[in-house]
Amino acid sequence: MKFSSTLTTMTALVLAATLAQSALAADVKLGLAAALTGPAAKYGVAIKNGFTLATEEVNAKGGVNGNKLVLMVEDEQGKKEDAINVFKKLIFQDKALLVFGPTLSNSAFAADPIANAAKVVAFGTSNTADGITAMGPFTFRNSVMEADVLPVTTRAAVKHFGIKKVAIIYGNDDAFTKSGYDVFKATLAKQNIPVTTTEAYAKGDVDFKAQLTKIKASNPDAIVCSCLTEEAANIILQTRTLGMKQPFIGGNGLNSPKLFEIAKNAGDDTIMGSPWSAENLTPANKAFIAAYKAKFGSDPDQFAAQAYDALYIVAAALKTVKLTGALPADRVALRDALPAVKIEGATGDFTFRKAPEAGGKPVGYDAQQEAIVNIAKGGKFVLLK
Amino acid sequence: MLEQQLINALTLGSVYALFALGFTLVFGVLGVINLSHGAIFMLGSYVALMLVEQLALPLWLAMLVAMLASGAIGLAVDYLVLRPLRKRNAPHLAPMIATIGVAIILTNLAQGLFGAENKRFPQGIIPENSFTFGSIHITAVQIGIVVISFVLMLVLLAVMRRTQLGRALRAIAESPKAAYLLGINVEGLFYLTSFAAAALGGAAGVLVGLSFNAITPFMGQPMLHKGIAVIILGGMGDIRGAMIAGLFLGFAEVLTVAYISSDFRDAVGFGLLFLILLVKPSGMFGKVLERKA
Repeated sequence: MKFSSTLTTMTALVLAATLAQSALAADVKLGLAAALTGPAAKYGVAIKNGFTLATEEVNAKGGVNGNKLVLMVEDEQGKKEDAINVFKKLIFQDKALLVFGPTLSNSAFAADPIANAAKVVAFGTSNTADGITAMGPFTFRNSVMEADVLPVTTRAAVKHFGIKKVAIIYGNDDAFTKSGYDVFKATLAKQNIPVTTTEAYAKGDVDFKAQLTKIKASNPDAIVCSCLTEEAANIILQTRTLGMKQPFIGGNGLNSPKLFEIAKNAGDDTIMGSPWSAENLTPANKAFIAAYKAKFGSDPDQFAAQAYDALYIVAAALKTVKLTGALPADRVALRDALPAVKIEGATGDFTFRKAPEAGGKPVGYDAQQEAIVNIAKGGKFVLLK
Repeated sequence: MLEQQLINALTLGSVYALFALGFTLVFGVLGVINLSHGAIFMLGSYVALMLVEQLALPLWLAMLVAMLASGAIGLAVDYLVLRPLRKRNAPHLAPMIATIGVAIILTNLAQGLFGAENKRFPQGIIPENSFTFGSIHITAVQIGIVVISFVLMLVLLAVMRRTQLGRALRAIAESPKAAYLLGINVEGLFYLTSFAAAALGGAAGVLVGLSFNAITPFMGQPMLHKGIAVIILGGMGDIRGAMIAGLFLGFAEVLTVAYISSDFRDAVGFGLLFLILLVKPSGMFGKVLERKA
């Protein structure tokens, strides 16, 4: 009798303690939809690494307001359909407070409307296509738009090489490379640089010699390449086997050590604009690069850097939010807190900027950041002075 | 520019032809559209890459071993997937669907083993010298591709036309039942065909890996699309037709880029396919079709 009452008391005490604990500190569940398999896995894995690193750092320092962050990672395979499914799972089944991702702009256009309908923030860290944040007020991204970066890059390249006319090559079946092409086209028109010829290729193409031979015949001073890293590297190599010496101008897609693993020094003189550079020696970036190398044994890229910063942006917003445990209210509260965040991250000073209004519909927030212009020298990107 | 484009077209066309050769051989003899051919092509280039990287084999030996290894994979696919369906007299669609499954499994396997990233042959392995004639640039690899493709094509053609084995294969293509009654080891030759076709696919994989530096688990899929176009253009099961249609597709694509627009590169290739099917549903070499291989 006595024994059992002790037991009851103890159980009650333990229970009360647990409840008290959970009222004070709860897990904050953050979803991440990333392409961990499939052709986009190289970006998705870097993104997952960036988030993992930042989450561990935040938790090691005691979390946010005493709450531990829990990252729930799901593979969306770089496909629209899977991005939709993963978003649904993270939002409705796993009850994530917010969802990061998906990796590709293509997938974001498919999945973000689900988050907006459910009033959950969809936070892209790698979606740079135009119109992503016009999808709804719950769409955020810290990936800097090509429209902000490429004009700065192009102007710097024109000045550096004394360029009079350029040729363009781009992937015409990918939202990211196509959108980069559109921006380049508008930029070149605005800056009065004539285009000698515009060539396209499709996903999976490996032989670009036909297009490049045509570009060679049009005799441009430089080649503008709205491409992903691996295609860009092969395009650069193939131009050299055709005896072409023109420098390349590119965007975010070229910002990866992979470019030089494949193209080696053939990629020298390539000019690339990006919000992040390994050569940007701010304390925050140096700390990020060192921590990333220590944890994963490899150099981070821009995708890892932007993912890393995104977690810190959300952590900063969470600091100002009083979580009630009522999921719908908390989700909206987090959304309302995000636009005011200002941090200095691996990619530099970061703030949000409201997306341009589109047809009177409420819109989300884009990144407001400075572009860093780099030039390839000796098989790596250095800052262009 | 035209001269250079013709060289580009010849290289590209040779690769298409070589890839389509094994593909059409299997159709001719086994009557099966083996959609795992693209995945086997992909594995061929990985095998050669591993041999060169891990065991430091010379390139020619790596390529030979890669052909044998792809052949063995093709044989395994035949034994494990196609043979049970043959035994059961499964309808025509069954082996086609089954080989889609095989392709997906092999692609995922390759991704698990080698990762999703592009791999390339180490520099220094590939002869990097190139030759310049006026405005034309040709690399040693391009010459190698054309020569190796043509040698393999001619060897296969000679075997089919001039040997007892070729006669037996053509007999099977005509009617497996009649061939069996004549005392031909039909099942054995099915295996041999699957082996040889996969070995040719593996060789094409190594050549593509060498020339374009983009070995990925996903490289088989786009090539498979071209391969399907080529064997239909050339007449299903026709070896000479596949060779000519492969070259034809290469030239069509490159000249489209040169004189129309790179946006229409694939559209023109497949548009031609559509046109030829309208005019001559059995492909460019329709007559030969009746004889198949």
